[in-house]
Amino acid sequence: MHKNLVDALLPTGALIGALLLFGLFVWLGGVSPVETWVLLFRGAFGDWFSWQNTLTRAAPLMLTALCVALPARAGLVIIGGEGALVLGGLAAAAVPYLLPLPGNVAGTVIVCVAGFVVGAAWIALAGALRQYRGVNETISSLLLAYTAIAIFKQLVEGPMRDPATLNKPSTRTLDEAIRIGGIMGSDVHCGFVIGAFACIALGLWLALTARGFSVRVVGGNPRTAQLVGLPASGLILLACALGGGCAGLAGAIEVAAVHTNANASLIAGYGYAGILVSFIARHNPVAIIPVAILFGGFGAAGSLLQRRLGLPDASVQVLQGIAFVLILASEALRGVDWKAAGEMFRRSAMPREVPLNSSTKPT
Amino acid sequence: MKEILLPFLAAILGGALRVGVPFLFVSLGECLTEKSGRINLGLEGVLVLSAMAGFGGSYLSGSPWIGVLMASATGAALALLHGLLCSLPRVNDVATGIALMLLGTGLAFYWGKPLIQPQATQLPPLALGSWSSSALVQSALQVNPLLPIGLLIALALYWGFARTRWGLLVRLAGDSASATKALGYSVNGIRIAATAAGGAIAGLGGASLTLFYPGSWNEGISSGQGLIAVALVIFARWSPLRCVGAAMLFGGAGAIGPALQSIGISSGYNLFSAVPYVLTLVILVISCRPGKVAEGSPGELSSAR
Repeated sequence: MHKNLVDALLPTGALIGALLLFGLFVWLGGVSPVETWVLLFRGAFGDWFSWQNTLTRAAPLMLTALCVALPARAGLVIIGGEGALVLGGLAAAAVPYLLPLPGNVAGTVIVCVAGFVVGAAWIALAGALRQYRGVNETISSLLLAYTAIAIFKQLVEGPMRDPATLNKPSTRTLDEAIRIGGIMGSDVHCGFVIGAFACIALGLWLALTARGFSVRVVGGNPRTAQLVGLPASGLILLACALGGGCAGLAGAIEVAAVHTNANASLIAGYGYAGILVSFIARHNPVAIIPVAILFGGFGAAGSLLQRRLGLPDASVQVLQGIAFVLILASEALRGVDWKAAGEMFRRSAMPREVPLNSSTKPT
Repeated sequence: MKEILLPFLAAILGGALRVGVPFLFVSLGECLTEKSGRINLGLEGVLVLSAMAGFGGSYLSGSPWIGVLMASATGAALALLHGLLCSLPRVNDVATGIALMLLGTGLAFYWGKPLIQPQATQLPPLALGSWSSSALVQSALQVNPLLPIGLLIALALYWGFARTRWGLLVRLAGDSASATKALGYSVNGIRIAATAAGGAIAGLGGASLTLFYPGSWNEGISSGQGLIAVALVIFARWSPLRCVGAAMLFGGAGAIGPALQSIGISSGYNLFSAVPYVLTLVILVISCRPGKVAEGSPGELSSAR
């Protein structure tokens, strides 16, 4: 119980610290920190309009965070979710070029599955390189992400380009019928539900199933996994493929729900923000949901900060960076024996007494 | 054929010299950091932030060399933060690197917003090609004045690691933390110093991005050069001298796209821009072995295990 409390308190404290530091940061630039905080929360959760914006941004964040969290539970640090997202979106846009799609939900499902499969393959490649060739997966996944973006640009500006798009090269627009619509007439698309569902389902999978438990053993203690004969490579590849699939799905959903075709707007940095979300959620899929909503909100508030206070659009990125640094630094406080530390502090604060026998009474 | 090949080769050579210089500095900085037993993935952030600082310094002061100093100091400061954070208990150097990558680029875009439009004084090129009558060779050999500094740093690091007390201490901290402790030195102290010095070197790479080639500040100034450098160091097997060759090779690979464009082939430009990444991957696949520590790797390095 005490451990769970610390698990929740440390990231919360770090987030509050990050907001304070961010206030100090903008104050140094001559902007009122109080106004910044107020706008940050109004822009994120102030009214129904900002809530819609927030939840729309949270949808891909949850899925890209899963792309970090699942491999992390298997012991891998994957940071190339952006590549899987971009290729997933590209695959979703490519399906109608290859085969005629049914103009109903089945078509949407096919598009999403295509995104999932491509994303899964891309991250599984990073996992395979690490398992079979010993290549550091952190570096390789990022190199793969840059490669994916190059492939994306090449195809979108080349063979897959819709000739009608002059200024902004894009693929052909998805048929109206297979796009993902809003939930009950709002701007929040079903991708949010899919993302939240994926977080809960994968959380349960990790917590309750034998396969999920094996993945956690491989990540938590590789030596034990080896001793009991778990198929480590297969489990690691599974975790990578599931995570990559989620990021690919995020790309497909962005294409089918927001952009309606694949273009450069898809490369919006959701893959990188997902890294932060997953680390704050301590790679716990269920905890990803609230953290993704929070950071989706900060992202949504970014334009408000830009308009009202004239802050650069990168200010949200600065906040994310500060939060990430503090979250990691807060790990140092874990496992501190607070009682002993308090005792030590009290003792050091008191005047040092010479151990004479008589005078213990205060004078 | 000849009239196509010569410009192409000149463009590749010139590109290798231009594009390779940032790679050289970042890989030397990473080499120094990793020799002390830590990996700094945050050099990507260091590179972008110092590129902005260098540009800003040159723009505000009018002297590119002040910009270079600013870039180096900024790089050292951000890397120092990495060194300090990693010295806390239970803080992982890879995760910290990712955090500093985000923070560094965020800060750079934040402070660099007003610098996107203006033009800063650039570093004067060294005209090494004046012996040739060919204009192509002359323009290819307009060399970055920071390149000789980079070569000197590479030599100094090589000599330092082999011959000096400081170099030995850095290698000691990288190979065995317990031996360092047993001899009465502070492992964290050595690593913090090495990381900060590595950041200062990498900062020069940032300066050469904004003050020489491509010579302007924008938000896409570095696309992963800082991370490629981490792979370069593995490829160079942690030797500063081999870093020079590796950096030039990668510069050449990065120059293929622009070189093809210069002779009129522009289709597939995006794919050619991915050549350095794919080449890095291929090199990593070739040079890594599963379950085996890479040759020449410092023993304490978490990534090499």
